[in-house]
Amino acid sequence: MQTSWIPFIPESASTVSSKVDALYFYLSGVTLFFTLLISGVIVFFVIKYRRRNPFEIPRPISGSHKLETLWSVIPFIIAMSMFVWGAQIYFENSRPPKNANEIYVVGKQWMWKIQHSTGQREINELHIPLGRKIKLIMTAEDTIHDFFIPAFRIKADVLPGKYTTQWFEATKAGTYHLFCAEYCGMNHSGMIGSVIVMQPSEFDNWLSGNAGQQSPAVAGQQLYQSLGCITCHGANGEGGRGPTLVGLFGRKVDLINGQSLTADEAYVRESIENPQAKIVAGFGPIMPTFQGQVTPEQLIQLMSFIKSLQVTGAPAATAPNPKLIPSPAPSAAPNRQ
Amino acid sequence: MKAIETFQLPTAAKVNYINAEYGLKSWLLTRDHKRIALLYLGSISFFFFLGGLYAMFIRLELLTPQGDLLSSATYNKVFTQHGIIMVFFFLIPSIPATLGNFLVPMMIGAKDLAFPRINLLSWYIYLLGGLITIYALLAGGVDTGWTFYAPYSTTFSNSYVIAAGLGIFVSGFSSILTGLNFIVTIHTMRAPGMTWFRLPLFIWAHYATSLVMVLGTPVIAITILLLAFERLAHVGIFDPAAGGDPVLFQHLFWFYSHPAVYIMVLPSMGVVSELIANFSRKNIFGYKFVAFSSLAIAVFGFLVWGHHLFVASQSVYAGLIFSFLSFAVAIPSAIKVFNWTATLYKGSISYDTPMLYALGFIGLFTIGGMTGLFLASLAFDVHVSDTYFIVAHFHYIMVGGALFGYLGGLHYWWPKISGRMYPEGWGRFSALVIFVGFNLTFLPQFVAGYLGMPRRYHAYPPEFQVFNVLSSAGASILGFGLLIPAIYLVWSMRYGKHAEANPWHLPGLEWRTPSPPPTENFLVTPVVTWEAYEFAPPEEMQVVGRLRDEAVSTE
Repeated sequence: MQTSWIPFIPESASTVSSKVDALYFYLSGVTLFFTLLISGVIVFFVIKYRRRNPFEIPRPISGSHKLETLWSVIPFIIAMSMFVWGAQIYFENSRPPKNANEIYVVGKQWMWKIQHSTGQREINELHIPLGRKIKLIMTAEDTIHDFFIPAFRIKADVLPGKYTTQWFEATKAGTYHLFCAEYCGMNHSGMIGSVIVMQPSEFDNWLSGNAGQQSPAVAGQQLYQSLGCITCHGANGEGGRGPTLVGLFGRKVDLINGQSLTADEAYVRESIENPQAKIVAGFGPIMPTFQGQVTPEQLIQLMSFIKSLQVTGAPAATAPNPKLIPSPAPSAAPNRQ
Repeated sequence: MKAIETFQLPTAAKVNYINAEYGLKSWLLTRDHKRIALLYLGSISFFFFLGGLYAMFIRLELLTPQGDLLSSATYNKVFTQHGIIMVFFFLIPSIPATLGNFLVPMMIGAKDLAFPRINLLSWYIYLLGGLITIYALLAGGVDTGWTFYAPYSTTFSNSYVIAAGLGIFVSGFSSILTGLNFIVTIHTMRAPGMTWFRLPLFIWAHYATSLVMVLGTPVIAITILLLAFERLAHVGIFDPAAGGDPVLFQHLFWFYSHPAVYIMVLPSMGVVSELIANFSRKNIFGYKFVAFSSLAIAVFGFLVWGHHLFVASQSVYAGLIFSFLSFAVAIPSAIKVFNWTATLYKGSISYDTPMLYALGFIGLFTIGGMTGLFLASLAFDVHVSDTYFIVAHFHYIMVGGALFGYLGGLHYWWPKISGRMYPEGWGRFSALVIFVGFNLTFLPQFVAGYLGMPRRYHAYPPEFQVFNVLSSAGASILGFGLLIPAIYLVWSMRYGKHAEANPWHLPGLEWRTPSPPPTENFLVTPVVTWEAYEFAPPEEMQVVGRLRDEAVSTE
């Protein structure tokens, strides 16, 4: 939907923003209609039935079940239309697409630290390519923050000790506001930045111009060795005294207590910081805790490394995993798996 | 015979609750619900003024995009303290503790509340809570936002969080005691003939509010206690570093604080029901629907807290359910608005000041309520949550709703409370100024919010300046408008025209006793033989006039 001619609408630069705007127009339309209707009727009644004689007593009217039903049912139907519309967009957005490029975001008082899966780091700036799906994996080092890009109509809280995600696909090149939207202390209003949407080719140039930094997966592999994970989980995550880590993310894991779960960021974080919480079936509770020994960023690096361990068994991190590098053209993108 | 009987003796007007006893002690140790209402009126007016002062600093700071007037640390304290004082020390006690305290016994034909000593105790508890909070402000202030979100409040804030929390914790008990007192009074102390469905809607609204006060307030007490434990001892309830969950705090906080919105607005709806019916001389359209919608709001209000957590990492499915329930809670409010509007139909509508506030309330509450639907709509809320859209929305409910009802009610019952008339011309003028100032303050904030301006920002990008300038201009008009009644109401206590027993010619019980009323409210126990809002029919309208004369002459 082309909305640039309408006043008081923020720049619309993602696949979601025009959907939210359409919902906004519907909500505003209904509100305007009812506000005008009710104030119009009130003004009309107040003028028409103004008191003409100080002692007049109008005839009482007790009410009407028909009218009560009417003005309960019609607002309910309208409310349900708003519910369904809003819920539908929300539900769609809650599931990031499988082929999205992942970018890690760490919020701390009062800055945004961003790392691309190829290793480029940014502070308070997020460079992204136009027309590609981007998934943000976010966590905080201290208190709660919120990653808000008004032009994309998205926001999500960024919490300590937890991973939240949101995704988007930019539809318009340009520079947009990035705000922290959850009050986080003294310089909350200074925790702002820019989102720079570039043409894919420019973006690839930008990426290579910033090359030479270690990718999180490589850094994660070094941590994997220095923390000694290697002794139980194997040099390439193939497992040993500890369970295998190859292809862990998204896989169903059976636990010793008979339950099972699908491995995600929250599960992996918990297993590193509090290994006794969920023991994989067939293994003993022998892993020591790493609570306080790894920073949120190092956790992200470890996860990146684990994600890079594919079924082929090769530690992809030595040669950066092709799927982590945004490809120049979508057609040339290698398939996942 | 539908004539309006008066329950009073000719001598009643000479001795009333104000002049029955003199001296500070007679006020500080009073058990008269009317005097306690005045004690509350004085104290909440002080807190309203203080909260308004903070609002003034917020609007001055936001005139320019740079943070130039105050430092960031000071600004954060200013908006936090504005919120804490306005919510916990003005809005929550406003109508129940003043108008409710004064009128619940009078409207049901009782001599006092069920527990007069507990009523006085509730004021002292409120005052103690207020003093602790003032200590927190003077000692250095608090900067967590009125929402006290963990882990900022438990771990990172270097301000007087526990003192401020303690003030709220303590004052909560005054709210519980008031609610308890109202529930028991309404159940057990109605005058003969005052059946449940003859109760004025003000009473129904206070009954519903009292339920929320009694059931909800303990939860905020527990939440603040946990917060204090966490801050002092790091027990690890909310702090993820110690294995806690900061989102749990938000669930607990909103489990009380969302229903608290209904503590603020339900009494106001009760006032507006009175004003609309009485100033159009009509019984309320759909009495039972309006009465039960208050209860429905009180019950459903407890089930929607999760709509404050749509972007706070709550599960998608929880989001869907809370969104649905939030839409459902809007229906009883819509029913009220339609019934108030229908009550005006073929009425005899006067344009007295209280009625202007009531009409303003309907318009503003409609906008506030409809923008609530915007926020209940999930995808829309994601974009505007924590922006100025939220700020505008809840001010439409709390100022356009709660405050307008409070001011309307204060004017309406002022002759009864003080025995004096307020100056009508000034009343109408200030009501208009307040209406215009309010809209100019908060309408631009909806726009700024949709454009993406986050709340609680000390400095902001320059493109939002135009909306902030409009808003600050509106706020100065609003502040000016609010000073006018503050001046003339005080003035009228000494110089206002003496009020008759029933200056508006209404059937309610509170109008069938002198103004100001005697300490016992009624010298004879009233026997109610009429329905709520039963005005004498047109052919007997002279009777109303004659009875009015009787009321001031002899029995």
